[in-house]
Amino acid sequence: MEAGSATVIMVQFAIFARSLETGRGVEIDVTETIASTRFETVIGLEVHAQVLTKSKMYCSCSAEYASAEPNTHVCHVCMGLPGALPVINREAIELCVLTGLALDCTIAPFSKLDRKNYVYPDLPKGYQVSQYDLPLCQNGTLVFESNGEPVTAGITRVHIEEDTGRLLHRTASDGSDISLVDLNRSGVPLMEIVGEPDLRSPEHARDYLIALRQILRYIGASTGNMEEGAFRCDANVSLREAGSTEFGAKVEIKNMNSFRAVERALRYEVERQQGVLEAGGTIEQETRGWVDARGVTVGQRTKEAAHDYRYFPEPDLPPLALGADIVERIAARLPELPAARRARFVEAFGLGEPEAAILTGERETADYFESVCESAPAEGRSRLAANWILNDLFGLQRERGLPPDRMPVSADQLAGLLDMLEADQISARAAKELLAQLGPGETAIDKARSLNLLPLDDDDAIRTAALETIEAFPAAADDYRNGKKAAIGRLLGETIKRTGGRARPDAARAILEELLNSPS
Amino acid sequence: MSAVAGTDALHWLTASEARTLLDKKELSAVELTQAHLARIESLDPSLNCHISTFPDRSLAQARAADERIGRGESAGLTGIPISLKDVLVTTGTQTTAGSQILKGYESPYDATVVQRLHAQDAVFVGKSNTDEFAMGSSTENSSYGVTRNPWNLDRVPGGSSGGPAAAVAAGEAMLSLGSDTGGSIRQPAGFCGIVGLKPTYGRVSRLGLIAFGSSLDQIGPFARSVEDAALILEAIAGHDPRDSTSAPMPSPDICSHLTGDLAGVRIGVAEEYAVDGMEPGVETAVATAVESLKDAGAIIKQVSLPHTRYALPTYYITAPAEASANLARFDGVKYGLSIDGGSLREMYEQTRGQGFGPEVKRRIMLGTYALSSGYYDAYYVKAQKVRTLLKQDFDAAFADVDVIVAPTSPTVAFPIGARLDDPYQMYLADVFTIPANMAGIPGVSVPCGFADGLPVGLQFLGKAFDEATLLSVAHAYERSQPWWRMHPELGNEI
Repeated sequence: MEAGSATVIMVQFAIFARSLETGRGVEIDVTETIASTRFETVIGLEVHAQVLTKSKMYCSCSAEYASAEPNTHVCHVCMGLPGALPVINREAIELCVLTGLALDCTIAPFSKLDRKNYVYPDLPKGYQVSQYDLPLCQNGTLVFESNGEPVTAGITRVHIEEDTGRLLHRTASDGSDISLVDLNRSGVPLMEIVGEPDLRSPEHARDYLIALRQILRYIGASTGNMEEGAFRCDANVSLREAGSTEFGAKVEIKNMNSFRAVERALRYEVERQQGVLEAGGTIEQETRGWVDARGVTVGQRTKEAAHDYRYFPEPDLPPLALGADIVERIAARLPELPAARRARFVEAFGLGEPEAAILTGERETADYFESVCESAPAEGRSRLAANWILNDLFGLQRERGLPPDRMPVSADQLAGLLDMLEADQISARAAKELLAQLGPGETAIDKARSLNLLPLDDDDAIRTAALETIEAFPAAADDYRNGKKAAIGRLLGETIKRTGGRARPDAARAILEELLNSPS
Repeated sequence: MSAVAGTDALHWLTASEARTLLDKKELSAVELTQAHLARIESLDPSLNCHISTFPDRSLAQARAADERIGRGESAGLTGIPISLKDVLVTTGTQTTAGSQILKGYESPYDATVVQRLHAQDAVFVGKSNTDEFAMGSSTENSSYGVTRNPWNLDRVPGGSSGGPAAAVAAGEAMLSLGSDTGGSIRQPAGFCGIVGLKPTYGRVSRLGLIAFGSSLDQIGPFARSVEDAALILEAIAGHDPRDSTSAPMPSPDICSHLTGDLAGVRIGVAEEYAVDGMEPGVETAVATAVESLKDAGAIIKQVSLPHTRYALPTYYITAPAEASANLARFDGVKYGLSIDGGSLREMYEQTRGQGFGPEVKRRIMLGTYALSSGYYDAYYVKAQKVRTLLKQDFDAAFADVDVIVAPTSPTVAFPIGARLDDPYQMYLADVFTIPANMAGIPGVSVPCGFADGLPVGLQFLGKAFDEATLLSVAHAYERSQPWWRMHPELGNEI
């Protein structure tokens, strides 16, 4: 019983710690009601996710832009040089379709790319090759949990496009303001995932994003790394009178760079709009930017300045025909998705919902857990594995600064350690030390041997330790002899300690009892 | 008529004649190149065919060609002097597209066609003049001066590929490459009395062709004979994985189809190709050509291309629309002309305002308008539907005939300046050539006589990817006539 409650506490701690990494805002009280009952909040999200490909969308330059020197991953295509022509990155198309399949979308049998025309120095061609009226994927759904309740949000479309370059604003040596253009990011593949206005609170928005990001990571379509800009979110927010089916004027919120920022920005914007409406004002359709440092949204441009992007079919690329056979082949790449896996973990491994949720948080963690469980059909293995992963491995992972998808020891190593525990070959304490010391390529059993962590089967050594203990704690020994049998606990602990923790408790107890009960 | 029959001069040889002499070592590539470079030096001050020349490099290429020939490894175009329209990007020299906005711009890569010619050790003698961004029908829109027609220096050479056309007609180059978006190869070929071929869309890689209307642009050759055009087409055609619109087909075998036999060939004549404003001299020359085709055993059939009259207006929506996007990259940020304006917007306005000429600006405005919200469906979308109809017209016609014959242009070369103030009249020069671009089919212009001392072009149109039939008919016609051996008398024969 005691051990059980300790596990629960530890699991809750793990949930808290993990939620920090997945970006759940810990400062926000999720039970707080922000909108008055008069208004209903309506939110729809547009996510731009960098598609996880080696090369760019329309050329063979490396898509790895984050750490490269400016303008080193560029060529005639992604620099928009005269005469350059795009060639479609097939893997990017497949990953976009895979995303559509994971979101239960209809995959367009006939799709095309379009030019979206606008002028800015980070857009070298003066147009972005994107998709307009025939996106790759349409009409999907994302089911996620929010405050313990399942929420179903529609996915309007998922389409493929290319990223822009980046502008760096600097002050020159003469003090003038200059802007520098870095085109390493230009042409990196992006998916735009447009959600229906089905979200009803900032918490919905946050949980939608967490679920979406998790799916993208599961299927290998994106790293979903928000801080590095691989997962960007714009939100459309409006309020309407409760019960109304009409939408209010929507405000687009940009520049939210973390899950926490999304939730804070939306919370601010909902309150702002509510304030305007309650004061009898009207909401203008506009774009507002989130200013994280000040915790406010600020108007960016009005609809008068709205762009006419003059979309037209990209003549340099033939249309995309995705036959059923191609879609089927792509679908074969689809792994078990997080929600299904979570449910299966509860069902098949007897885990609690929170444990299952954490273990399936990253596909790699779930694979790891399953691999550790598969190696031993022994009953109780799954709980043991879950406890060790949640309590010890995650702790070690954080300590060593490893990313959430990388475990400090291999699944084989952990399985070996658990084998020893289950066979009672090692004490829990020694096992923890073993875990901390296990290096790459080492087996648990060999390492335990070399660290002298295996139990002491040498009765003479235990006897020596027991004799020393009895001599060192005569009062406790006398108590035992005088009938206070519980006094053996102290002596047992000390005896085991004197063997460096290696004596098995039952063996040590037997020897102590024998020594104490024999006439001296 | 100032035409003179062929001489033994090196600059009037055809490429196939030169090939034989080069391979027999009766002529060296260096001699041949020197002859053409000398021709450029003496004639270009008046003709202005070339924007850039690089004689040292040309001669170095000629020496490499001679070495290759010496090893007995010559390819079809090894050592042949070729001029490149200045919309084809090349390393080592500027590529201007006839525009101030690209003055001094050096491409870091070569166009696919340039690479393929280079792989045969062809010799490049220069980058030739063009209407700015290939927008025009006379080369008068070049910001590097007008090119003059070698047959009459007061006349335009046609356009937009006026430079490469006049260069071949004047003996400055043995072959040249141009680009044809609405007739920019065939029309100047007709005006200059040489052969000009627009291949099927997708036949030749567009990589490295500075785009005008991407769905219409196609690179093709100018030559003194159909055989020469076939020779260079074989060298430049064939799938290029770096151009997604390039057809996944190998380069066609054409030269072996040039039999010279017209017996039983079905040739269509379209009633819709008789338009107002057609010059009588052109009408007569074309009618005579059709008669001679018949005499040679061809079966002449009437065909109908009912949507022809919509080709010109829909072209002037489609091409400018695509151009308005294609030319957005010339913004002063990355390369080419850049005029600091204090603010970003000012820089754009100054750079593009000063870098582009009036015709380019006109077409950017036209195209931007056609794509604008509220007009897109009425203009761009409708134009694409008409394009489908134009294509269907040809599909139906080609069910009955092997090729279609038509005038290349309604007029002969017009005087310099005559149409500058009337863009619509200028656009009409392409009325017979535009349908092939809209439908993606190949077309070739061959000389068919003279009117008022100026060459008249005869156009053959073929089925998509059937350049073999198209060129075999054109070749048979050409060889039955004296015209292809006529050269302008330029007064200073070398």
